[in-house]
Amino acid sequence: MRGATRVRCAVGVLAVALAATACGGGSSGSSGGSSGGIVRASWGDPQNPLEPTDTNEVQGGKVLDMIFRGLKKYNPKTAKAENMIAQSITSTDAQNFDIKIKPGWKFSNGQPVTSDSFINAWNYGADLKNAQLNAFFFEQIDGYDKVHPDAVGATPTATKLSGLTKVSDTEFKVKLNTKFSLWPDTLGYAAFYPLPQSFFTDHSGWLKKPVGNGPYLIQQYTKGTQMSLRKWTGYKGDDAAANNGVDLRVYTDNNTAYTDLQAGNIDLVDDIPASQLKNVKSDLGSRYINEPAGIIQTISFPLYAKGWSTPQSALVRQGLSMAINRKQITQQIFQNTRTPASDWTSPVLGDAGGFKEGLCGQECDYNPTKAKQLIQQGGGLPGGKITIGYNADTGSHKEWVDATCNSINNVLGNNKACVGEPTGTFADFRNKITNKQMTNPFRSGWQMDYPLIQDFLQPQYFTNASSNDSHYNSPTFDKLVNQANAESNSSQAVSTFQDAEKQLVKDMPAIPLWYQNGSAGYSSNLTDVALNPFSVPVYNEIKVK
Amino acid sequence: MGRYVIRRLLQMVPVFIGTTFLIFVMVYALGDPVAAMFGDKAPDPATAAQIRHAMYLDHSLPAQYVHYMKQIFTGDFGTSASGQPVTQLMGSAFPVTIRLTLVAFVIEAVAGVGLGLIAGLRRGRLADSGVLAFTLIVVAVPTFVTGYVLQYFLGVKWHVANPAVAEGAPIGDLIMPGVVLAGVSLAYVARLTRTSVAENSRADYLRTAVAKGLPRRRVVTVHLLRNSLIPVVTFLGTDIGGLMAGAVVTERIFNIHGVGYQLYQGILRQNPPTVVGFVTILVIIFLAANLIVDLLYAVLDPRIRYA
Repeated sequence: MRGATRVRCAVGVLAVALAATACGGGSSGSSGGSSGGIVRASWGDPQNPLEPTDTNEVQGGKVLDMIFRGLKKYNPKTAKAENMIAQSITSTDAQNFDIKIKPGWKFSNGQPVTSDSFINAWNYGADLKNAQLNAFFFEQIDGYDKVHPDAVGATPTATKLSGLTKVSDTEFKVKLNTKFSLWPDTLGYAAFYPLPQSFFTDHSGWLKKPVGNGPYLIQQYTKGTQMSLRKWTGYKGDDAAANNGVDLRVYTDNNTAYTDLQAGNIDLVDDIPASQLKNVKSDLGSRYINEPAGIIQTISFPLYAKGWSTPQSALVRQGLSMAINRKQITQQIFQNTRTPASDWTSPVLGDAGGFKEGLCGQECDYNPTKAKQLIQQGGGLPGGKITIGYNADTGSHKEWVDATCNSINNVLGNNKACVGEPTGTFADFRNKITNKQMTNPFRSGWQMDYPLIQDFLQPQYFTNASSNDSHYNSPTFDKLVNQANAESNSSQAVSTFQDAEKQLVKDMPAIPLWYQNGSAGYSSNLTDVALNPFSVPVYNEIKVK
Repeated sequence: MGRYVIRRLLQMVPVFIGTTFLIFVMVYALGDPVAAMFGDKAPDPATAAQIRHAMYLDHSLPAQYVHYMKQIFTGDFGTSASGQPVTQLMGSAFPVTIRLTLVAFVIEAVAGVGLGLIAGLRRGRLADSGVLAFTLIVVAVPTFVTGYVLQYFLGVKWHVANPAVAEGAPIGDLIMPGVVLAGVSLAYVARLTRTSVAENSRADYLRTAVAKGLPRRRVVTVHLLRNSLIPVVTFLGTDIGGLMAGAVVTERIFNIHGVGYQLYQGILRQNPPTVVGFVTILVIIFLAANLIVDLLYAVLDPRIRYA
């Protein structure tokens, strides 16, 4: 790098006023190989303060997963929920749970992890006054409606969830307001992490430098720029960090992060820019990862709108589903970073978890003749044409929406049957959906919170569920979901959920399009890089050469 | 002179109020940001209402504006989406952008005036045509293209510079972004200087100076350049604000965490305090730069007097 320094100085002299600092400033820690077993990874600025119950996007979630461990942890390979801090979680009726925690766990500031750490954290997250984005994760716990009434302007009548009772420092009981056999498997989600006493006594101090009980601790955090995480030697779990730490650098543009990876200034990029997908294999070879993640993309229908509310219209929706050439679109537009979908869940669940390839059957296979026939049988497209709504600001949806419409148009032999309809911002787009203002199909996506088939079905398709964008209402579906939740045997529960899912084939409230993959690339300094089912790198397993 | 400055300062008040209001309305027009916070999930009404209340979004637009302006005059610029006070963001972002702007400004002024002078003194010759061709190319190629191309070749292929700016934005890392940022303005400065120099070199006072037998160096620097720089200084002065605002693109390409980065994040997350706060400061810088330029005229040209 001697030549480089000289050039820099030469140009620096040109900047007369600044020459003095030009050569001295240097680029601290960003050139040359990685130092001291630290992984240098790309990051995006978290949208919200780093509270577990207020973080619902992946960038903040990444950090929380490094500095926290919960009752359960999802196995990074199989997605199965495994006991972490929990010694045991038992129930006889799928409604009352007895949670015993392992003794001896500590937060990195020395405070112990007790049943109070959980109870206080959950009460904090549920309390309406704290306006936490993840509050609804506690809605199954008894007393939630008192702590967090749903109506606008209502005031809570309690500050503590009545369903949580402390037995001892290592044991507490949870009462749910309805039967939910798979509930323990949701406890690996970030919203359920325990919080140390210092979170409540010095809240602003904690937010500046969050303290958890996970394999890493935060050494330094410059908001909006960089976070340095270091291996915590006092960590109690069996998944201690295999490296000395992780430096997360904020990049505004994933293209720049990718360029920095090529220049050797960074070791790990977990978001390959779409424009580089063509080159990534030749650039990185086997150091490029492209694996299914727990994300499914769909097209939802406003079942409340005229034209989509009749029983006949289900045939039209099935026909549209069969008119989409998923395989071609995933290859041409997404360069195989999406997989054609044939059910409403995700491959990361695995067969035991409820993923079933081909559950949708011929209704999700491309079949132009049958498609045209079904649409005609159902009375044709409402008003003779449809639009597919999407938001234009993020995610580059235009390309695939146009391709999907093109596929439908080709099948129907009508160039104007389907066109894309952009909405300026994501916020505006979501507002229209929430306020039931859609009259035409629109794009929708679901990223799982926890790897359970329940999470793919209930929030989206249960009557009046929080994310039921289609406003789908099927007594049969609801009945089967309730039945599945009450099932005490988990494989039985999964198969009942699949029965419910089969109802979606008949009614087609949303067309499954494709499963989204997670992608990452890394430098030759690293080994053992993998993505977990949430498409986040498994940082603690990464080894630095 | 004093009265002139006071008059100018007073004129800034309506400009300041007008621009902040326009920007406030524009950010507001993007719609309700709360729905986007919940991602693909429908927000639960009670939590959404709480957040709207905390962000003062449950009031009418004029009320929000008055509330915001009141806050500003007490030095409180509100909080960003991630809960940090906007003043803190400014504290970390402005020094970085000012450094980048200075680097770009120096490159632009030195290289631009230098090229313009050469072209102006050698009108019609190869050097002149060379500068013309160079400036045309620079003006024609968009900033982001030069940015990515330079980044790829200098950063990845030849390892001459870091493709992205390291934390704390050391000056050494800022030179490549500075060149990219300065590019287009540099071309304008060169063209402007050339025309001005070409014109003035035919002026009477210059012929007199040559006739007096002054050394060529003195003729060019003191007599020719000083008089030719008046239009260039005007451009350079107003361009400072332009450079700071133009940094949005450059900062994104080179991952510089300055004003452009914060503005981009603010717009993406529809956070009015961040966007309006930063733009307000940019407006003030713009106004101040203009005033300084006007005062500089008097220094450069003794014929101009401010009463």
